[in-house]
Amino acid sequence: MIKVILGQVKEYKKASILTPLFAALEVLMEVLIPFITAQIIDNGIEQGNLKNIYIYGAIMLVLAGFSLLFGALAGKYAARASSGLACNLREAMYENIQTFSFSNIDKFSTAGLVTRMTTDVTNVKNAYQMSLRIAVRAPLMLICSMVMCFFINARLSIVFVIAILFLGIILFFIMTRAKRIFDVVFKKYDDLNASVQENISAIRVVKAYVREDYENKKFTGAAKRLYEMFVKAESILAFNNPVMMLTIYGCVLSLSWFGASFIVSKTMTTGELTSMFTYIMSIMMSLMMLSMVFVMLTLSVASCERIVEVLQERPDLANKEQPLMEVKNGSIEFEHVNFSYKHGSGEDTLKDINLTIHSGETIGIIGGTGCGKSSLVNLISRLYDVSDGAVKVAGKDVRDYDMEVLRNQVAVVLQKNVLFSGTILENLRWGNEKATEEECIEACKQACADEFIKQLPDGYNTYIEQGGSNVSGGQKQRLCIARALLKRPKILILDDSTSAVDTATDAKIRKAFKEQIPGTTKLIIAQRISSVEEADRIIVLEDGMVNDFDTHENLLKTNKIYREIYDAQAKGGGDFDEAV
Amino acid sequence: MEKRAKKKFQSDVMVRVLKYICKNYKYSFMIVIICIIGAAVVNLKGLTFMQVLIDDYILPMTKEANPDFGALVLALVRLASLFGLGILCSYAYNRIMVNITQGTMRNLRNDLFTHMESLPIRYFDIHAHGDVMSIYTNDVDTLRQLISQSIPQTINSFVTIVSVFFGMITMNIPLTGITLVMVVIMLFTTSRIGGKSGKYFAMQQRDLGIVNGYIEEMMEGQKVVKVFCHEEKSLEDFKKLNNTLRDSADNANKFANIMMPINANLGNISYVLCAVVGAILALNGYSGLTLGALVSFLSLNKNFSQPVIQISQQMNSIVMAMAGAERVFKLLDEVPEVDEGYVELVNAREEKDGTLTETEERTGIWAWKHPHKAEGTITYTKLEGDVVFNDVDFGYDDKKIVLHGIKLFATPGQKIAFVGSTGAGKTTITNLINRFYDIQDGKIRYDGININKIKKADLRHSLGMVLQDTHLFTGTVLENIRYGRLDATDEECIAAAKLANADGFIHRLPDGYNTILTGDGSNLSQGQRQLLSIARAAVADPPVLILDEATSSIDTRTESLVQEGMDRLMNGRTTFVIAHRLSTIRNADCIMVLENGRIIERGNHDQLISEKGRYYQLYTGNFAEETA
Repeated sequence: MIKVILGQVKEYKKASILTPLFAALEVLMEVLIPFITAQIIDNGIEQGNLKNIYIYGAIMLVLAGFSLLFGALAGKYAARASSGLACNLREAMYENIQTFSFSNIDKFSTAGLVTRMTTDVTNVKNAYQMSLRIAVRAPLMLICSMVMCFFINARLSIVFVIAILFLGIILFFIMTRAKRIFDVVFKKYDDLNASVQENISAIRVVKAYVREDYENKKFTGAAKRLYEMFVKAESILAFNNPVMMLTIYGCVLSLSWFGASFIVSKTMTTGELTSMFTYIMSIMMSLMMLSMVFVMLTLSVASCERIVEVLQERPDLANKEQPLMEVKNGSIEFEHVNFSYKHGSGEDTLKDINLTIHSGETIGIIGGTGCGKSSLVNLISRLYDVSDGAVKVAGKDVRDYDMEVLRNQVAVVLQKNVLFSGTILENLRWGNEKATEEECIEACKQACADEFIKQLPDGYNTYIEQGGSNVSGGQKQRLCIARALLKRPKILILDDSTSAVDTATDAKIRKAFKEQIPGTTKLIIAQRISSVEEADRIIVLEDGMVNDFDTHENLLKTNKIYREIYDAQAKGGGDFDEAV
Repeated sequence: MEKRAKKKFQSDVMVRVLKYICKNYKYSFMIVIICIIGAAVVNLKGLTFMQVLIDDYILPMTKEANPDFGALVLALVRLASLFGLGILCSYAYNRIMVNITQGTMRNLRNDLFTHMESLPIRYFDIHAHGDVMSIYTNDVDTLRQLISQSIPQTINSFVTIVSVFFGMITMNIPLTGITLVMVVIMLFTTSRIGGKSGKYFAMQQRDLGIVNGYIEEMMEGQKVVKVFCHEEKSLEDFKKLNNTLRDSADNANKFANIMMPINANLGNISYVLCAVVGAILALNGYSGLTLGALVSFLSLNKNFSQPVIQISQQMNSIVMAMAGAERVFKLLDEVPEVDEGYVELVNAREEKDGTLTETEERTGIWAWKHPHKAEGTITYTKLEGDVVFNDVDFGYDDKKIVLHGIKLFATPGQKIAFVGSTGAGKTTITNLINRFYDIQDGKIRYDGININKIKKADLRHSLGMVLQDTHLFTGTVLENIRYGRLDATDEECIAAAKLANADGFIHRLPDGYNTILTGDGSNLSQGQRQLLSIARAAVADPPVLILDEATSSIDTRTESLVQEGMDRLMNGRTTFVIAHRLSTIRNADCIMVLENGRIIERGNHDQLISEKGRYYQLYTGNFAEETA
């Protein structure tokens, strides 16, 4: 897992190596400085030797200068390396998501992907920066300080070794215990936030039923439980500082006692004692920092896992070698097609579908929710692969085509469609980047979108907000149809794409299709009989199987399901006006 | 000027944060401060003990032939007990701080939530949900950092600075001056670099927001990206934004990172300067400085730089926390829904003579309890569901009126249907009845009472609502139905489900009525969710209903179930329905045809058809499409 993450360091390898290198040099300087300090005291001040003070003072200034330089460089490269890694991670994830097939996308939620690319990456970035700077610095500081201590007085240094072991063991114990509780706490925390989210989106229900107090009580209860768990976890961490103090004070006391006796017995100087004192502080600081890195790293493990999950997701659709680069016509065939979203789950969404659709035909598809209408059409542009059998376009298996070529010729207007922030023209040009304004207007006329666009203050340059929130549902659907038309596809699929358009406009759009793009094969999924009754033939789907495939007139006479739907809608089950 | 105003503002926010903490934890906070001071003083004592040890014990002992370690032992024992006290203080404040931090977080969350629940619908209209959510997560989190780390650290450092400063000043004034000058330089560089890094941090947050927004939009539309083979273009755009973010993040972190080595080494330089100047002074006998005192002074000098560095490190997180606190307080300062109503809804019993008396138990009869202040009397009006709109004007803000001169009356049991294109104002009218919004002009009367006089809670209790997009809550199916009336028994809930035609599918769920719904009922189909929301309204059993018929694609069979459920629910109640189905409209007692915020036609189906107006056009589908 770590390997995958580190694999994204790439061009920031240099910075990633320089950071610990400079950090190491900085440590060396920092370790030497207390040594010089001791010299200033021992050989300068205590002996009243001004010359020595100048010399050592100058050395110390030089060391400080270098330490500053190395420290600043380490900081600079750490920033470069970590920001770079974060950038690469985001890009790699984004790039991989672009290769995802529909079934890959279905696996992750939008919110999940956003969190992975932002919060999780930030966590990893911080952990990486911390590791680069401190993972080298702290242990090196520890070792160097220890070496210096042994150099000054080996016997006395034993005290430190015991202290380090003591502190290390206790810190480890505290951290592992706290982490266990924290894992649970964070889950609870997520739940609490989920309930806030729920309340924000359902505020009208809460208010309509006057449930403010009820929700408050529910929330307060959950917040209290979270509080108790947090207190439990953090009160373990509260031992951190006192234990640290205990260790340091223990060292100070033993250092004072042994130091005093060594000095009295002339085996140690006072300068050495003060230096040792400084080193012990550095050693303890390093330990404390290491424990901090430890916490950060453990917290970022979850983030790493979530990032790697996206990075290692492999698209389950791939182009064949030497794919076909041209779609000859708009004929479609289904040969014994079985399909399920989860491979091998045994529950097929589509069962043994056999269909032959000729180029230029208009086909209606009707059936209840979940009967497999969308699944059926999604197979044609190879948004998913069949489990068994074959889907053929222009007589060739869709898996033989280059995916981009296929999808440019098979335009789908999805049921859940979206517009992107940008002008109307920009949105339309998703269909064809090079489309002229005239072509765009022409497409909009066919989709009956031109009439409302013209009335907008900025016409075709009107800015569409994110998700198309400033146009109505019906307008959005018509824009999406126009966008698909600009592809000039051989096959056009409308997946319930006029549900929010009123019946009259719906009819006008169909009329335009018939007159303007007669050569294009058109597949129309709809709930309303009126949307499909003029089609050349209509597929009636029931439980993932083709129940019937015939003209409106014949179906009315012979097909029970079709008749039922027709009657229900004629009796007044139908929509009255343009829906939201 | 602007910068100063901002600084002032930030300190105001800081004061408010402190006040907020002290509201519940005044004494704990005081104990914490005392303990921090205690721990800091002991810590300092430990740091400076080395000098005392050398000057007062070791040096004298080295001069004696037969050194007596007794005095030293005593001193060490005294020190040890002091250390013990320090450790106790340290544990005490760390432990109490946990309670303060988490307790304040809990209070803050509760306050935020409670306050949010009290806000008018308007607030949720104009604030992005993700943005409100971010207050609960990101912003509250910055405050946690502030309270648990920055505040104690800063106090600790401050105490150290003050006590070391006094220590230094009593030892030697000129050297203290040098140290101070160096500290000023440190603070200066800190504020310079800090300002730079702050600027880049702001840029980083901004760029992060842009990248976040782009990712969100593209992930939401990922399937469309695929269908249009737009992957490369989308990646290209992303790379640009991503690189901008990398650069600002790089700069922000760079300046933050180099602050520490700069300050640490300025500290070293300060040390050398003091050593040299001090030695010159001492050797020449100026200002009474002894060599021993100089050594002590130098160790104080070292201890002086340390806390200054620590405070400068805290600056970034403090600035960030202030930004977070500002957003938290902004939500808390939002004006809640005002309710000046005084007419209450009470259970009533009808006496033989037709008068109403108030009762405790649920009688199925409700009355409006209307106190008249002037006369000091109380009158009871039976709740029947008589709703009258009198020349009502309404706009979401005063400048743009969206409803003009709405007049309508619904007598008890009547069914009123609203039809019209999107944006004509159908939903808005229904939102005025339950006072989600308040009207600009005109009057709405409910059973003859101006609805502004009715307590909002009681008004809404008397109205049932089935919204177009159904929202369900995490919990069991039964709990979701009971949301309509909390004291409903299981049997009542099941009866309501049966009435709403929901019983059938609920029985097919894995745990029946005890099936847990999560994520806004994402494990149910759209139609099933609608059936549940009808059941929820049914269990509430209100005299007046507001229905927003769903238009989403439900298959014909489920739709007829929904339809049947709705019809049963409407039976015998005054109903306002935003209608999309022909059957609903045909059965309505009165149809209001709305256009551009005005009622342009009214009457029942047959009347309107014979008028051959807008309704006729809509009905026959024989019209040019209007823009919504």
